Amino acid sequence: MSTPTITASVTIASETVPRVELTPVAVDLLRSLWEEHGPLMFHQSGGCCDGSSPMLFMAGEFITSDQDVRLGQFDLAPAGEPAQPLDFWMSAEQFNYWSHTFLTVDVVPGRGSGFSAEAPRGVRFLIRSELMTTMTPFAAAADSGEPVEADAVAPPASAPMPA
Amino acid sequence: MTVYSVPGTPGSKITFKSRYENWIGGEWVAPVKGQYFEDITPVTGKPFAEVARGTAADIELALDAAHKAAPAWGKTSATERAAVLNKIADLIDANVEMLAVAETWDNGKAVRETINADIPLAADHFRYFASAIRAQDGDHAQLDGDTVSYQFHEPLGVVGQIIPWNFPILMAVWKLAPALAAGNAIVLKPAEQTPVSILVLMELIGDILPPGVVNVVNGFGLEAGKPLASSNRIRKIAFTGETTTGRLILQYASANIIPSTVELGGKSPNIFFSDVAQEKDAFYDKAQEGFVLFAFNQGEVCTAPSRALLQKPIYDSFLGDAVTRAKKIIQGNPLDTDTQMGAQASNDQLEKILSYIDIGTKEGAKLALGGERADLGGDLTDGYYVQPTIFEGHNKMRLFQEEIFGPVLAVTSFTDYDDAISIANDTIYGLGAGVWSRNGNVAYRAGRDIQAGRVWVNNYHAYPAGAAFGGYKSSGIGRENNKLALGHYQQTKNLLVSYSENKLGFF
Repeated sequence: MSTPTITASVTIASETVPRVELTPVAVDLLRSLWEEHGPLMFHQSGGCCDGSSPMLFMAGEFITSDQDVRLGQFDLAPAGEPAQPLDFWMSAEQFNYWSHTFLTVDVVPGRGSGFSAEAPRGVRFLIRSELMTTMTPFAAAADSGEPVEADAVAPPASAPMPA
Repeated sequence: MTVYSVPGTPGSKITFKSRYENWIGGEWVAPVKGQYFEDITPVTGKPFAEVARGTAADIELALDAAHKAAPAWGKTSATERAAVLNKIADLIDANVEMLAVAETWDNGKAVRETINADIPLAADHFRYFASAIRAQDGDHAQLDGDTVSYQFHEPLGVVGQIIPWNFPILMAVWKLAPALAAGNAIVLKPAEQTPVSILVLMELIGDILPPGVVNVVNGFGLEAGKPLASSNRIRKIAFTGETTTGRLILQYASANIIPSTVELGGKSPNIFFSDVAQEKDAFYDKAQEGFVLFAFNQGEVCTAPSRALLQKPIYDSFLGDAVTRAKKIIQGNPLDTDTQMGAQASNDQLEKILSYIDIGTKEGAKLALGGERADLGGDLTDGYYVQPTIFEGHNKMRLFQEEIFGPVLAVTSFTDYDDAISIANDTIYGLGAGVWSRNGNVAYRAGRDIQAGRVWVNNYHAYPAGAAFGGYKSSGIGRENNKLALGHYQQTKNLLVSYSENKLGFF
């Protein structure tokens, strides 16, 4: 059976649309890394050398706070298996500028990514982005001064629609 | 025009060893677990050497060596340490081409930059801190007739340093020079993308330093960087890299109650006021070049001027001239001195840049130049090359808010001074900025109003030793490139001395 795409649950209060998903190759890699390291977490990095990429840590290794937003939670476990929850975090100040985009975590061949757990495998996680289908209720878009009509924005190609 | 020979071929300036071990206690030491990883040159995308894949056990060996060396090194006089730093600088100067070619091969950047900037700046940096430590005085105060407070600078002891890949040698030197001048012993971890050029430097200068004063352990962040950053055997951790790892390192430092300096990301605005274009003279030409400096080092600079803000009256004409100029950027073999833009440092870096070009297009930014991977053909066809790329858009787009670390420029317009400052400061970062104006008053005020640690006025991308460098906001903590950095590697010892024979009278 081929690995599925996994979409994160909605974890931001008052929101109804998922924000993050994993490609099948990301799911396979995460399951393998989970076997090696145990529970894991993502924190999306900001800029500089290895930045603007999701960093994978042992769960709890990176201390989050009120200055972070949890964009969603993945369950890596195959159907019928005990849950393997993996949270996806981002700093709140960065989220102000990212909130209008849907994020897909993919994997590319590469070298190094801070202390991210996949680096020794010769690969690294990479974010691919789509515009969210709606700009509301995301505050950052509202005060940009350049409102974007929801209709004018293409839906994410692979984002599941809210039920 | 000179085209340097590929390392290891006849006439080349350097032949790399097939395998590099860790540099610990003044000698090459095989990694404890016996594992190695391949170092890939971005020039061709092919591996060229094996490098030790260090782990916690290797970090411990390096810390052992550093702790053994630190007491004696910390007791040397400033005169002696300055002499050592000056000798290092002389050796670097005598080997500029060799180091420059090594750096270009490891990182992918154009050799014209390594020869004229990276390596000479590294030498000068050692000389600057040799001078700074000689000139540094302690402090004393006579608190009353019989009581004197003396303040001494003491080294911290053993410090950890984690180095980025964008200027592997120069960024290592930015951290090594002040730490050595202040009398510390060091365990340094290079970036896993560029692990070799620093070892080439150590091979060159290793004999000048007492064994164990500088130790270099290569490996991956999780396996070697984390054990170093979280060790309770270091008295300080310095890091240059991205924000999440920066926060993690600060967390490790808090657990050990040690100081940490972190130089993190940027999204630097480069502001061009209308008067720049009032004449098409040398200054206009300089400003145009200042705009095109987004492509310097392939855009892989924390301070890259990656947001250009053009005042509305000159927007179209200035941008038109600048795009024409950017089109002339010579992209090619990084070993050719005519090449202005080389390869991105790694495949994942290339992929990330392309993903940003993708989201820029999806957000509706207008492509004015480039926008694709560049295939340079021949041996370079698998190298990591991106076309210089210019987008027009607005400041809320992710292109304008995230550090892409590639040759991708986001351009927008502003109406007046207040609008310019507002856009410039609408970012989580505050590392660099540029201001271009013929009006000194405007340029001065803008320089002061922009929330960034380094504002270049009527120039950009100069990094002379002596000019303090560091971030505001989420761009980090601490200053490098200036004598202020000595303070990041020193303790303050206060001796409070009574010269009175008389008791206090309390008991």
